[in-house]
Parts: sequence; C-alpha cells; structure tokens
Amino acid sequence: MKLDLSAEQQMIQALAREFAETAIKPIAAEIDREARFPHETVKRMGELGLMGIAIPERWGGSGVDAVASVLAIEEIAKACGSHAAIMSVNNSLYCDPVYKFGTDAQRERFLKPVASGHAHGCFALTEPQAGSDASNQHTLAVRDGAHYVLNGRKQFVTNGREASFALVFCATDRAKAHHGISTLVVEKGTPGFLVPKTEDKLGIRASDTAELVFEDCRVPAENRLGEEGMGFPIALATLDGGRIGIAAQAVGLAAGALERSVAYARERKSFGVPIGHHQMVQWMLADMATAIDGARLLTLRAAALKDEGRPYTTAAAMAKLFAAETAMKVTTDAVQIHGGYGFIKEYEVERYFRDAKITQIYEGTSQIQKLVIARDILGGSR
Amino acid sequence: MKILVAVKQVPDTATQVKISADPRAIDTTGITWIVSPYDEFAVEEALRIKEKRGQGEVVAVSLGPERVKEALRSCLAMGCDRAIHLNDPAWNGADTLATAKALAAVIQREAPGLVLCGRQAIDDDMGAVPAQLAELLGWPCASWVMEATVDGDGKTARAARQVEGGLEVFDLPLPAVLTAQKGLNEPRYPTLKGIMGAKKKEIRDVKATDLGLAVEPPQLSVVMLEALPPRPPGRILQGDVPTAVKELVRSLREDAKAI
Repeated sequence: MKLDLSAEQQMIQALAREFAETAIKPIAAEIDREARFPHETVKRMGELGLMGIAIPERWGGSGVDAVASVLAIEEIAKACGSHAAIMSVNNSLYCDPVYKFGTDAQRERFLKPVASGHAHGCFALTEPQAGSDASNQHTLAVRDGAHYVLNGRKQFVTNGREASFALVFCATDRAKAHHGISTLVVEKGTPGFLVPKTEDKLGIRASDTAELVFEDCRVPAENRLGEEGMGFPIALATLDGGRIGIAAQAVGLAAGALERSVAYARERKSFGVPIGHHQMVQWMLADMATAIDGARLLTLRAAALKDEGRPYTTAAAMAKLFAAETAMKVTTDAVQIHGGYGFIKEYEVERYFRDAKITQIYEGTSQIQKLVIARDILGGSR
Repeated sequence: MKILVAVKQVPDTATQVKISADPRAIDTTGITWIVSPYDEFAVEEALRIKEKRGQGEVVAVSLGPERVKEALRSCLAMGCDRAIHLNDPAWNGADTLATAKALAAVIQREAPGLVLCGRQAIDDDMGAVPAQLAELLGWPCASWVMEATVDGDGKTARAARQVEGGLEVFDLPLPAVLTAQKGLNEPRYPTLKGIMGAKKKEIRDVKATDLGLAVEPPQLSVVMLEALPPRPPGRILQGDVPTAVKELVRSLREDAKAI
C-alpha cells in the first residue's frame, strides 16, 4: 500500500493552500457576514483551473483527477466553507455529469465554459416535496416537437442564482415513476426560467442557495443529457461523486477549526498555564486530529477508487458520513476550546461550526448515507 | 529571444532554522523547500517578456542536489519551457564563485539574450552570484531591478533600479544580467494545467564534466554557524503611572540606550 501523493498532486495541494491563505482567508468573515457571493476569487479559481479539475483539457478542464480535487477542496474549505461549496458543486455536480453523460456537442456548449471557469453550473434535483425522497419529482417536462415544455419548482440549489447552466431533473413520464425521470440542461435566460428567491442561511452564507421556477419553459430536446428515463441513474451516479467533494469540504472545515484550536490552546492561559497543558483540552485536540485523519483517509480512498474506475458508491457514502459527522463534532469542540471567545465572531470558529452543519444534510443526509452503506453490507437479504 | 533564469531552492520562509550536529550546516529534516522568492520575480519577468514578444524560450537553471528538481518543476509549472539541473556531487559545498562558474559555462552553451536572477537568495543572502556571473561572461549587469523592458529587436534592455528615494534608469546592451527586486512584478500562481504540463517538459541533468569544468575546491568555506542568542523576555514596569514613566525613561536611556 502506498500513501504518497504524486508530485503533481502535491503541487496542486500547495497551490490551493497558498491561494486559500492569501486570497480567500482575508475575506471569509466578511462575505459570510454580508452573504455575498465572492465573484472575484471564484473567477481567479476558474483561471487557475480549480473549477473543472477532473475534466479533460479538451473540454476546458485541468485534466487532473478526483484525488487532486479532494486535496484542493480541502485546502479551500480550511479557509472558507462557502468557497468550497461553490467549487465542489461546480466540479462534481455539474461538470462531472455533463462530461460523463454528455455528447461532444453538449460538452462543447455546456461543459467548456463551465469547466474553464468562465461560467458556473448548478444541479437542480431537490424540490419542496423531494429531498431525501428524490425520485418524487413533480417538475414535469412534456415533449412538444423539438422541445420540452418544463413546469415546476426546484429548491435549495447551490450556485442557483449565479449559474449560467442548470442541470434540471424532471419527470418526462409520470407513469414510470423513477424510471420516467430525465435530465435537461437549461440555460439561464431561457424564457420561463425564473430565480425568484435566494435563501438566508445558517452557514455557507456566501454561496447562493436559490429557488428555480420553470413556467412553460421551452427547452430544446437536444439539451437532454442521456436518454429519456435515464435521469435518476444520472442523479445517483452524480451524487456518488458529489459526496466525495462534500466529504473533502467537511475535512477542510474540521482541519481549519483544529488549526485555530491548536493555536488558541498554545496562547490562551488559564490557571497560570496555556490551556493546551490541561489534559481535558489535550484529549479533545487528540480526538479531533484522529477523527480528521480518519475522515481524510476515507475521502482519499473514495477518490482513488473513482480514479481507478472501480466501484466507489459505498466508499463515498462512508467518507461523506464520517467526514460530515467529524466536521460537526470537531467544530463544536473547537468552539468549546475557545470558550466564550468561540461563541463570538472574532475567532472565526463560530463560522466553521455554522458551516459544518450543512455537510450532514446536503448531497444526501447522514441518515441517507447510512441507508446506502447498510444496503451494501446487507446485500439482497435486507 | 531565449531568456535564462537562474534559481535557487531555499528553505520555506516559515522554517525555524536549526543548526545540525555538524555546526557548519543547518538541519534539513522536515524542511519545506521553495524557489527563493526573488527568483520567482525573475521567472515571472522572463515569462512576461516572452509573452509580450509573442515568441522566445525561457530556460530555468539551478544548481544543487536531487531535491532541486522540485524547484525546477515549479518553474516549469509557472510556464518556463525547459530546465537544466546542475546536478553533480562535485558541486557539493560550491561557493558563490564555483556556482557562478558553473552557470557561466551553461550560459555560454545556451547563448541566451538575457539572464535574469533574483537579487539574492533568501537563505544565505550573499547576493554575489549574479555579479560574479556577469563578470565571468563579460556582460553588463544591473541589480535590484524594479522595471525591465527589452527593445523590439532584442538588442538592448532598459532597467530601472531601486535607489534611495527613487529609480535609476539604465540602458544595457544585450546580452546582460538583471537581478530582480521585490516590486518588479507579482509572480503568477501556476495553473493546474501548468502543473500537469510540467511533467512533459524536459529537466536535463548536467554534470561538471559535461561542461568541461574541473571543479576547484571552494575559496569560501563555512567555518561555523551560530544561532542568535534567544531574545530576552519583555519587562512589565510596576507601580503607578508617574513612577512607571520615570522608570521607562531611565531604562530607555541607560539600559537600552535608545534615547
């Protein structure tokens, strides 16, 4: 077993770390407070090649791999959970499926501008009545000649306001239930495509989470990704990859909170000694560091399996579950180590604590990850 | 125009330097190595000159052990076209003159129109190699350059140097050696494509004999390194304000001799 990163993976990690430290960290608190989408830094991330990491160069991407994506997302998340969410969604929930399931003509139009960072993409699956129960799609697309007429409402869409392209899941044949779901790429600006609302959130406040509404929106049939009825398998396959990205985000948030906690434990004194001399603080820091390393290894394993073309659904679910739970636990303890200073905004662990919560919810809740894992270990006997 | 950039791999600026068991060297365990920051300005300037001219070649050169390849790979990731690694145990312990002689030999073979270096390496801060190099080549040299332009024909360069209170502007016939000061430019980050492309670019190993050089023993050798004495802790003056101020003035005058 080899545990070393390649020279290129190390260089990408170092680049993401340096960019996060110098360009993102200084604005992270401000964009969180103002719930402001960081256009300037996201544009620079696009120029560096961080918005389409695993997409071949021919389609505007950087032609690297899932392991490098994980390393980069972790470094960005260490500085800012919002940037990591924007990046992870663009890479794994938009670019990956358009590359994997798109035709060359679709890749040219819908992938190239997004993988190269000139535009953003989003993934619109969730509906008011379809969260964990994602196959319960009410959004309907009716074929009309060379078009689909799309009607419905999508909720909690990350990058939904800023994206130029939306990957929209919709029922094309209600009678077939989840076998009747299809995937359409809908361009912003298409008549009948509205973004009426952006949510005010607990965490990842600088990433935009929008509601998308389609009212008799005519989408060319050539914008359909894959065959009719292939939408649900596309959604599930995409979420397998997305979970690796969210796991990486969770690892980064936890690692960022640990970094701050270690610094604080060295400088803050109580009872005449730095608090890091107290066994109860040491215990917490040791648990935090151990859980983070465990989560990181699970995440890298899932990414490595994906890169090798081996099955990784269960590995990705385990990584997402463990990393999200770790992020919540570690950021909670980070606030605890900071005491009263952890509860106020100045020391920033408060933001990590708020940002961590979403990792247990989006791209499959922790409960759904357990369902995926249990189904795999029980096999047909469940 | 071909531009050659001489770079040095140095410990990261955040490194806590420790002296090794051999008091003539530092302990290198756990050190993160980087391209010396002034050399990054030189690389960036070379790439900008090439981009502005729309053609040319930028060659990065470094002398040092095997680990120096990482630094050269960083230069290739930023956009240099190829790299030369002066990699030979014969150069272990090379002083600035031996380094300059090796670089001069490479430069004579490569025949670039311009050589760029950092103004000094941030590890030993000697700042001697570029001037020695220019002397060995018989080329003009301008150091601590803040602005650089090359004329359309590639025959002359105009360089503005930082001097006390302003800039001093020179014209130099090419080929010449310029050394980069902070402020010359803002070095780019390598892009992911640049990083992936770097592994397809050539890093050529060159030994002293390849250059027809017989390496002489260094004229300059380190006798010993000494750590700075630890900083004495700060002192908090006790008493009410008038007493403390009196003591502060006395201490600044008599102990610190600052006023």
